[in-house]
Amino acid sequence: MRYLPHLVTIWLFAVGLYGIVTSRNLIHMVTCLAVVQSSTYVLLLTIGFRAGGTAPIFLDVPVGTPAVDPVVKALALTDVVVGATVSALLLALAVQAHKRHGTLDPEEFRALRG
Amino acid sequence: MRFQTQRRLFLVAMAGLAAFLLWGMAGLPRFGTFAGAYSRLLNATAVSERAATNVVASITFDYRGFDTMGEEFILFAAVVGVAILLRAQRDEEEGQPEEEMPGRHAPAASNAVRAIGLAMVGPIVVFGIYVVAHGHLTPGGGFQGGVVLATGALLVYLSGEYVTLRRVRPESLIDAAESTGAGGYVVIGLLGLVVGTSFLDNFLPLGQPGALLSSGTIVPINVAVGLEVAGGFVLLLSEFLEQTLVVHQLEGGP
Repeated sequence: MRYLPHLVTIWLFAVGLYGIVTSRNLIHMVTCLAVVQSSTYVLLLTIGFRAGGTAPIFLDVPVGTPAVDPVVKALALTDVVVGATVSALLLALAVQAHKRHGTLDPEEFRALRG
Repeated sequence: MRFQTQRRLFLVAMAGLAAFLLWGMAGLPRFGTFAGAYSRLLNATAVSERAATNVVASITFDYRGFDTMGEEFILFAAVVGVAILLRAQRDEEEGQPEEEMPGRHAPAASNAVRAIGLAMVGPIVVFGIYVVAHGHLTPGGGFQGGVVLATGALLVYLSGEYVTLRRVRPESLIDAAESTGAGGYVVIGLLGLVVGTSFLDNFLPLGQPGALLSSGTIVPINVAVGLEVAGGFVLLLSEFLEQTLVVHQLEGGP
């Protein structure tokens, strides 16, 4: 239990990277990158977690109630936004690559280059 | 063959990296016990200092507001980048959408999808505005609410077809929303410089914690970010959907 969140982080990172390395389709590759990135969300939230802590929102609980770390939550928000923009840009590149070469297979691009 | 070698090489390297990561993580504070100085301080003082009951919002849009401005411009730059990458090329022209090509039969959206989709547009937009407006009180804010607002446009697409969306989407309004949102953040920051003491200074009256109009500049910044994100995501969506209208002519191309 103690290392479970860390193992989940490493697992997400590893399977995402495995997908990128063995991918034969650019869209699949972008999705795998999103999986790699989701490992960073888990890591950030793991670091900030406090046993028994609630969300750092003091609307209906008084200030002083044990709460998890709000700083890493703000960082995770940044992380999600950057992830979405990176995916959008890479998908646009994939659309152009498909239009130019008629394929989404990165192996075939290598063949095209000679 | 090369593929197999590649895969084997990766598995060996990844096993090494995983062991290294695990070794590093073993040195982190035990799971659930971390109590960083900043987190304790902010959880104890942010509500009285900024009158925002959502501490994450007061970090994102006040204490760390300058970083979030950069983050907003990352999004802005990405939307501009996608628009440039997907602009019509010299050797392309707009044609029929792929679904309407001769010989291709795509079923139209059923009446049930159409009715539920259109019925949900209103509630989704209201919910998006709610999430933006209550960002300083409860979980949510400009980024989350902006994305919810943009799904309203997606619902129009789902329940009709893209050509209909193109007619109802006032392009100049969307562009204006995106630019106003991005520029508004900077303007609020500069106002802090003029009225208050520093760039992005929280110069508005703070009000009572828990009230809708409280926590000073966090609310207008949330609205600016919400406008920018909603505009940006609708633009992203339409740039990709526009691609179904583009017929590429590769004869003269590379």
